[in-house]
Amino acid sequence: MNKLILTFILLLISTTALAQKGQFMPLDTFKKAYFSADTQWQTMWVDQSLRAEIEKILQHPFNGLRIRYWQQEQRSGWVFEEVGKELPITAGVVIENDTIEKLVVLEYRESRGGEVRYPFFTDQFDQASIVSDAVDYRMDKDIDGITGATLSVRALKRVALLALFCHQQIMSNE
Amino acid sequence: MFKPVILATVVAASFSAQAADAQPTNSELLELLKQQQAEIEVLKEQITEADTKINATADAVESGMSAGSATWAEKTTIGGYGEHHFNHFEDKDDQVDAHRFVMFMSHQFSDNIRLFSEVELEHGLTVDTDDGSGPGEVELEQAYIEWDYTAGHSVQIGQFLIPVGIINETHEPDTFYGTERNLVEKNIVPATWWETGLLFNGEIQPGLAYSLGIHSGLSTDDGGKIRDGRQKSAKATAEDLAYTGRLKYTAIAGLELAATIQLQKNITQGDVESADALLTELHAIYNTGPFTVRALWANWDIDGEGFEANGRDEQSGWYVEPSYKVSEKLGLFARYSEYNNNAGEASSVDNEIWEYGLNYWINPRVVLKADYSDYVTENNGSADNDAFNLGVGWSF
Repeated sequence: MNKLILTFILLLISTTALAQKGQFMPLDTFKKAYFSADTQWQTMWVDQSLRAEIEKILQHPFNGLRIRYWQQEQRSGWVFEEVGKELPITAGVVIENDTIEKLVVLEYRESRGGEVRYPFFTDQFDQASIVSDAVDYRMDKDIDGITGATLSVRALKRVALLALFCHQQIMSNE
Repeated sequence: MFKPVILATVVAASFSAQAADAQPTNSELLELLKQQQAEIEVLKEQITEADTKINATADAVESGMSAGSATWAEKTTIGGYGEHHFNHFEDKDDQVDAHRFVMFMSHQFSDNIRLFSEVELEHGLTVDTDDGSGPGEVELEQAYIEWDYTAGHSVQIGQFLIPVGIINETHEPDTFYGTERNLVEKNIVPATWWETGLLFNGEIQPGLAYSLGIHSGLSTDDGGKIRDGRQKSAKATAEDLAYTGRLKYTAIAGLELAATIQLQKNITQGDVESADALLTELHAIYNTGPFTVRALWANWDIDGEGFEANGRDEQSGWYVEPSYKVSEKLGLFARYSEYNNNAGEASSVDNEIWEYGLNYWINPRVVLKADYSDYVTENNGSADNDAFNLGVGWSF
């Protein structure tokens, strides 16, 4: 039995490795995929009223002073870090004409729940837009979860919503 | 008339000549432009420099001014969960219970090595009695080092939760329906179940994960119930180790399919000569929009005379739980369960339980629960466990 187990372990280790966690796409690669090479970071400074809305979306305090983004006409790109259970997930979101064009998990650090990085999950965010009322903000489509990754799923929903909200802010200021 | 006109013309010509004298030459204009351009460049540089300083200041403020490497506090996280229950029994005294109060602590030693630990107080109070009959327990539920030894694979070394079932690994009260945990996983799996040893985890393909463990095993009496065999890694007899393997498929959003097998050569740890035990567990979860359904089946097959004599050579159960989220905050559920710890005995009767109720999340991590448990087949004599239950739970 012990030999059988050991053989199974070795077979598994020799299988093509798929990282459950780690960096899956460098920031530059993400930027180049959606923006021209000369696109520079821009800064959205977070004042008190903006902070209140951001915290409503994130459902926890936001300590940043600014949010950086790329913009090219009606398209904007955002990179946020949001904690799932214990460690931050780095996610990039591209918004075009007020809807999500693509959400990409750039880096995942938690031990469990790394399935959220796969397109079978992130593709659900495509074409989602923001809906708001007097109480809160939400997306106009349901995102099916992943069992055992509930907190990571929730974190990515918050990131998507925040990117949509920030896009609205910069577009309304133009 | 003629004289004033001549005079005006002379004066105008004189002023025009003076004005022409005051106009800068082209070379002077060029020089002026150069000077202005130089000033613009300087101003641009100053703006860029100021911008850099502002962003550097913002960087420093946002990072908490932590110079150098991340501090101990940044590498250490705490969390926890808890739940209070009220059970209004139909045939016995009502009860309130500080059922669970749990604290997590983890520490990141490096990018690929971390500690995870969980300490739990059950039922609110522990009393040091001779026979251990105090109302509660303080338990070390998890304490392991996780090492990402190669890309895509990690190993947990220490005391960890067995990768089996739906709630054994994820059982924060805001993640499941019902005030009390389901009885099939409690009595058959048996959740919550932890052992000590090595647990390898990784992914074989996108959405297909494996777990493989070599660890301490159960220690039941000859013919005992599975749940009573948990040693909880407390001076646990380790004459016979157990081997656990799980495959989990999650490559379709909203779907989880999983199968676990566990082998233990002698589940009595050598008390009797033969007591081979095999656990098989299968479950499926499917979520689409507001609908979710969970279904689980688990079966123990134990070889041994003592187990065969009282029907405990087979201990098995299953449940199915549909649920519907009326809104982000409110969810309704129903659950039908059957289990039998004496399933090997033909005349034994399965425990059948219907449960239905609601969860109301006042915050995504804080839930209020109300439900009714109806024990259709009661094997406990006159004491019926039918109850209306209320609960509050949280995790962070």
